[in-house]
Amino acid sequence: MKVTVTVNGGQVAAEVPDRTLLVHFLRDVAGLTATNVGCDTSSCGACTVLLDGRSVKSCTLLAAQADGSAVVTLEGLANGSGELHPVQQAFRAEHGLQCGFCTPGMVMAVVSLLEENPDPSEAEVRTALEGNLCRCTGYHNIVRAVLAAASERRPS
Amino acid sequence: MSILGTRVVRTEDPRLLTAGGTYVDDLRDPELAGAASVTFIRSPLAHALITNIDVSAALDAPGVVAVLTVADINDLPPPPPPPEEGFEPPPGSEAAPLPLGGHWSEPLLAVDRVRFVGEPVAMVLTDDSYQGEDAAELVSVDYEPLPAVASIDAALAGDSLLFPVTGTNVAVTAGASADGTAFDGCEVVVERTIVNQRLAPVPMEGRATAASWADGKLTVWVSTQNAQLSRFVLAGAFGMDPAAIRVVAPDVGGGFGAKIALDRDAILVAWAAKHTGRALRWVETRSENMVGMTHGRAQRQRIKIGGTRDGRILAYRNDIIQDTGAYPRMSGFLPFLTGLMAAGPYDIGHVAAANRVVVTNTTPISAYRGAGRPEATAAVERAVDLFAAEIGMDPAEVRRINLVPPDKFPYSSGGGAVYDTGEYVAALDKVLAAAGYSELRAEQARRRERGDVLQLGIGVASYVEITAADAAGGETARVMVHDDGTATVYTGSSAHGQGHHTAWAMLVQDELCIPMDKITVIHGDTDLIPFGTGTYASRSLQLGGTAVHNAAVDVKERARAVAADLLEASPADLELDTESGVWQVRGDPASSRTWGEVAAHAGPDGLAADANFTEGQPTFPFGTHLAVVEVDTETGKVRLLRHVTVDDAGTVLNPLLVEGQRHGGIAQGAAQALLEEMVYDADGNPITGTLVDYAIITAAELPSFELLVSETPATSNPLGAKGIGEAGTIGATPAVQNAVVDALSHLGIRHLDMPATPARVWAAISEATANSATGEGQ
Repeated sequence: MKVTVTVNGGQVAAEVPDRTLLVHFLRDVAGLTATNVGCDTSSCGACTVLLDGRSVKSCTLLAAQADGSAVVTLEGLANGSGELHPVQQAFRAEHGLQCGFCTPGMVMAVVSLLEENPDPSEAEVRTALEGNLCRCTGYHNIVRAVLAAASERRPS
Repeated sequence: MSILGTRVVRTEDPRLLTAGGTYVDDLRDPELAGAASVTFIRSPLAHALITNIDVSAALDAPGVVAVLTVADINDLPPPPPPPEEGFEPPPGSEAAPLPLGGHWSEPLLAVDRVRFVGEPVAMVLTDDSYQGEDAAELVSVDYEPLPAVASIDAALAGDSLLFPVTGTNVAVTAGASADGTAFDGCEVVVERTIVNQRLAPVPMEGRATAASWADGKLTVWVSTQNAQLSRFVLAGAFGMDPAAIRVVAPDVGGGFGAKIALDRDAILVAWAAKHTGRALRWVETRSENMVGMTHGRAQRQRIKIGGTRDGRILAYRNDIIQDTGAYPRMSGFLPFLTGLMAAGPYDIGHVAAANRVVVTNTTPISAYRGAGRPEATAAVERAVDLFAAEIGMDPAEVRRINLVPPDKFPYSSGGGAVYDTGEYVAALDKVLAAAGYSELRAEQARRRERGDVLQLGIGVASYVEITAADAAGGETARVMVHDDGTATVYTGSSAHGQGHHTAWAMLVQDELCIPMDKITVIHGDTDLIPFGTGTYASRSLQLGGTAVHNAAVDVKERARAVAADLLEASPADLELDTESGVWQVRGDPASSRTWGEVAAHAGPDGLAADANFTEGQPTFPFGTHLAVVEVDTETGKVRLLRHVTVDDAGTVLNPLLVEGQRHGGIAQGAAQALLEEMVYDADGNPITGTLVDYAIITAAELPSFELLVSETPATSNPLGAKGIGEAGTIGATPAVQNAVVDALSHLGIRHLDMPATPARVWAAISEATANSATGEGQ
């Protein structure tokens, strides 16, 4: 079927098999490979993207379900001038990533979290990230990065 | 001021944070354009004979390029023949080959028998991966089930044999046998059987391989911890000249030891690309990963500890049975390391360890973060707590009495290792002070007094570990300065998240005063770096980092000679100005020459130096972990409240990176203690084969960690570095386990096997309460 999705601000349209998952549409059709597949049970969150502003696991949606919607992936987060998004900056400053595989999904989940809750407590951050698995960092620096990014965004 | 020892943020991150890494599935190299997708048909049975494979229906499925079975593997040299004189148990673990060959050897595709659920039986090549899943369904394999050997006990019983020609399921027997008089002087002896359960490594990126064959050259991209070893394995398997093989490790999404070896699946992908002439890519699913990638741990240990009532430990013994899964890929190496480190950080007169390695119809066991050492530490740290409970002494005090004192280094341990440097008691005391140990004990007493539902447990674990156990294997580096003033580092080490690119650039900047942003680090491409060993066993900084440092020192001396020639001065009169990073005649800035100018003058070979650094001996990091847990005595739910550690890995190059390694290891250690276990039923079916069933720890189940600083330099390398990659799993696992037991000790509970799941904790509480009601002790 024909699927049209606005990806990172640009329109991507293609004829794809009905069963095509959104994550494969993004990776193979739109050519955006930051979004990773880390499991087959919707457990790990490596494939998290924003769909019309809300975080979703793109391995758990058909591309067809995103038809007509807007998707933002990690590649669409920094602004055009190459300046990192505050969440990206915080992940770097706090060493919130190691191997980088969970990072695209983790960063998008955090962007979504801070939209919903701009000033989360540590406990709220930890609960909110329960659906995003990381095997390298022990989450310690990811949590610090989220709190730092929240603090950065907060009007002084 | 030197950049070494400072918190430098990673050079790797901007790319990973904006475009994402380039893992095998992301490669868009021209050689892989139109690559077909590989789908493995894996055994659904733990133990069975294969009576027929029918691929005809699959061949007609849409997009199918080929369906390959063992019958198609007719173009490889034969594996080494089994010994002619029947089965002889191999000698001691140290001498046993890796993996165990002969009758125990592992085929590429199953020949006539499958030995674990997940064993590769056939492979389907299709235009895309969706078609592969469809076509795989159409491959019909007839199996004749055999009795499964799904546990250590079943293996020892020997009613069913995995390798009948051997006559046994025991692949290796090694170590000390009898106790002799070792325990004769002990006033107290405690014995216990404990389990170090099977774990799945679960790197977030599973295994993945791509391969192309063109013009007599095989190129293989593989998610690996060491490209050079992969090339060696492929050359052997295919009977090829290594120079005709290029192995590339692109970004690797975690390894944790399970990507050290080149698995048969990866070899098959490379073979199939060569066999069919079609470029191929295989990216396993998570469900495939959970049974196809090697598992770790899987030991049952009988521990025996004895000493005096005033707290002095006199003798300790650990008898290990290693479940090695269906194929003894690691021979006796893992339990050998457990035996080597059996004594832990304690000064014990009599120490002995012995092991047997048994095969079972389960996924093969290999290295997983710590590889035999967490098992050693878990055993001795449980033993010390059991001993402390038996004599009624505070477990921290028993540790203080028995830790190797600082004036005894280098210390020859009862396990057979020579510990290089250490401040073990200081590490313990630092942790106890930072945690507020006596206040925690007071709080625990108050909760017990009140009969609170939420009971507090405090667990202490002191450890010493061995890093760069294969120190003599060394590591390579090449440092090259170019005529534009930039530098390139080629390293045989192989980063997969640790931050090598940042660390190596720091080392070069420190020596050459070339800023980090002008330094490129390259790893994992055998065309560029034919020789190297890779990243495992916490070896990278002490071996690979030192090699980079030494190569940089060498380049600097060559540059001095070239600059001297350029400036018509004596080399001894030249200096590299640390502020401006230029060469000049001492005290004469007007004479300055840039690195680019010096490199341009260096002649046709450029300005470069190679190094291969080997250490005279491994290094022995040490520390103490203290965990505080809260146990809900009504539900059995355990919550980790605090985790305080000293992890002394010698001189620290970049605290940010070291802390990251510690955090990740602590989380994996806590996960083993509380949550994770790879479980099989009696028929050998994995019942924790997805991330829904296998409990990877999440952010919600962990606290922030409290890391303390301690640096006792190593003496065997100029950086003073020891390894840090595995400290967390070694120290945290027993600390958390001990904390759970400690929370319940007032109920008479002395031991709980891992993981301390709510069900297990609740059952133990119920049993202890019932026993107490009927007046029985435990």
